[in-house]
Amino acid sequence: MDATNRALAELRIALVGVPNCGKTALFNRLTGSRQKVANYPGVTVERKEGHCRDGNGRRCVVLDLPGAYSLVPTTLDEAITRDVVLGRVHGEPAADVIVCVADATHMPLSLRLVLDLKRLGQPMIVALNRSDLAKKRGFRLDVARLSAALGVPVIETVAIASGGADALLAALAAFQARDPLAVPAAGDAVAPGALAAPDRADTERTQRLVPQILAEAGYREPLRSRAAARADAILMHPVAGMLVLGVVLFLVFQAVFSWAEVPMDLITAGVDATGQALVTLLPDNALRSLLVEGIIAGVGSVLVFLPQILILFFFILVLEDSGYLPRAAYLLDRLMGGVGLSGRAFIPLLSSFACAIPGIMAARTIPSARDRMATIMIAPLMTCSARLPVYALLIGAFIPATSVGPFNLQGLVLFALYFAGVISALGVAWVIKHLLTHRSYRPLMLELPDFQWPDLRSLMVGLWERARIFITRVGGIILSLMIVLWFLASYPAPPPDATGPAIEYSFAGVLGNALHTVFAPIGFNWQISIALVPGLAAREVAVGALGTVYAMSATGAALESALLPVIASSWSLATGLSLLAWYIFAPQCLSTLAIVKRETQSWRYPLIMAGYLFVLAYLASFITYRVTLALTA
Amino acid sequence: MSIDASARPVPLSTLRRGARAVVHAVLEDTPTIDDALRSTVGQRLIELGFVHGVEIEIIEAMWPHDDPLAVRVRGSTFALRRTEAAAVMVTPLAAAA
Repeated sequence: MDATNRALAELRIALVGVPNCGKTALFNRLTGSRQKVANYPGVTVERKEGHCRDGNGRRCVVLDLPGAYSLVPTTLDEAITRDVVLGRVHGEPAADVIVCVADATHMPLSLRLVLDLKRLGQPMIVALNRSDLAKKRGFRLDVARLSAALGVPVIETVAIASGGADALLAALAAFQARDPLAVPAAGDAVAPGALAAPDRADTERTQRLVPQILAEAGYREPLRSRAAARADAILMHPVAGMLVLGVVLFLVFQAVFSWAEVPMDLITAGVDATGQALVTLLPDNALRSLLVEGIIAGVGSVLVFLPQILILFFFILVLEDSGYLPRAAYLLDRLMGGVGLSGRAFIPLLSSFACAIPGIMAARTIPSARDRMATIMIAPLMTCSARLPVYALLIGAFIPATSVGPFNLQGLVLFALYFAGVISALGVAWVIKHLLTHRSYRPLMLELPDFQWPDLRSLMVGLWERARIFITRVGGIILSLMIVLWFLASYPAPPPDATGPAIEYSFAGVLGNALHTVFAPIGFNWQISIALVPGLAAREVAVGALGTVYAMSATGAALESALLPVIASSWSLATGLSLLAWYIFAPQCLSTLAIVKRETQSWRYPLIMAGYLFVLAYLASFITYRVTLALTA
Repeated sequence: MSIDASARPVPLSTLRRGARAVVHAVLEDTPTIDDALRSTVGQRLIELGFVHGVEIEIIEAMWPHDDPLAVRVRGSTFALRRTEAAAVMVTPLAAAA
């Protein structure tokens, strides 16, 4: 490789910084939307890569490492950062330059990490971020003197301003990309001795250096703004803070639940219209059926989740960027900690009441891998909106609309169903806590960052990433499952002399009939057993499938009113209640299992989830069925 | 505000909302955070800035039992559970007049 080529070779940059230092905003500023989000092999830690051009127009690959306070990790995220920096991650080439983002509003914390990294002896730049913000609060620091005291270049950046990273890009031009073919020279490798984890004495030594270096650089600490102090006095107050949190949660829930309704209806209508158009255009054959009932319906079932995902992540990103989310975790730590959940689990769980898919995706905001797994595992126990049509049908058919005191019995049953879901979630979380907890301690030790206005650009990039991840990675799985289900429900075709509905003769029908043996002890008839097979697509599809099994031509609300009397007259009360109990757990949502597979990067967790939900659903239905039978006999 | 001459180091967890203190030391024997990661609560507390001579302030405390605490240290705020705060020995400062 000659000199020109080497100069033209890509420069690999690793962005490192303490959590909440504005590192992601700087990453977004550097790379725009040219980002690639994936996972590190074998773990659930997000790997974000993007590219930009330095001052000389050379292409740079930027890796945004998870926030870390030190090279002695307490979370999986921090362990990844350490391993990448030390060049220990397989398939992850060492960076040519480490850009350590230092937050001017939290200088001592940032500087300690800089000293840890400097010990590694790799090429490094310190990006002094947010000094614009800090100066307004009385911050003073001589950048040249800091650079001299540290022995590495210090460059000021303003991640949230256009052009705020230009100085950094210019400084990067001075760094050489390592020749990938060259044998690592002594200076290239990590300094000897640095690979040993810093111990307590090392850490205390760096902490003694921090004030010395800051003094040399003429540092003056920014004052805490009076507005921030006043906001915290309210938002973190045991009573007022909880009230505000309640309002915030209600708003998020309301938004995910009802604002998403209009776009979701539009998507459904659009998909239906497309299907209808194809029905009139194409001859009635297997291809049309595959297109309309398989592919278009499948695409629709993927897209229909988007409004909820976007609305939820809009709120999460705003709450996270503004600094509110950690405060909410602080307020809820004791409450959630009792069953072994993180205070941060509340948003994923709350949004799971709308749909478990965005909820499980939102569990990414939980730093501890174990807490995150527990949250994902119980998310489907929150009664999602897809269960409402089933509840509405069964409650309408079997629960009389009598008054119980000031309440309506139907409403009370609905509330009891929601409540049963939450209680079982707490129970399962408690069991997970006792099964999985090693003797190690899971700390809170959570930073409560300064409040700030969310950066619109980062918000948009974040939303775009969520939407893209969902469509490209989960959409494929859901779509293929929908096509498989279409095949099962359509083939083989019924014989010409068939008397029953077509589905009865298909694979789904055969499967349903076989399942009937399994479900008979909990009171499900063969019609329910068959309807549960297409109900794998989404829980509410079971209502439509029941309509198909009972050979009804109506759809939507008309179907419900047509089905209601049939079910009420042909099922026993015990069967109806048993199916209600089944739906508290409803283990059969394939989309949920698909997202769990994607988010956990393994089949283990979706299989465990399906297994435990099935056992709980079966037990609950069995008990409900037997007890009701005994009482009504 | 000055260090009370008679004051002995006490665990940070014994302090109430609004209290100020100077860090004396972080206990040697603190819980291990994760078997695989080999970090301890004490190591992390030191990294966050709980080192000898640094002034801290408890700015908020959650009900019940003042758990967790919100502690201000070197211009940053951290939420610490009582068990975590108990690992930091501090010398209380006399309340401002």
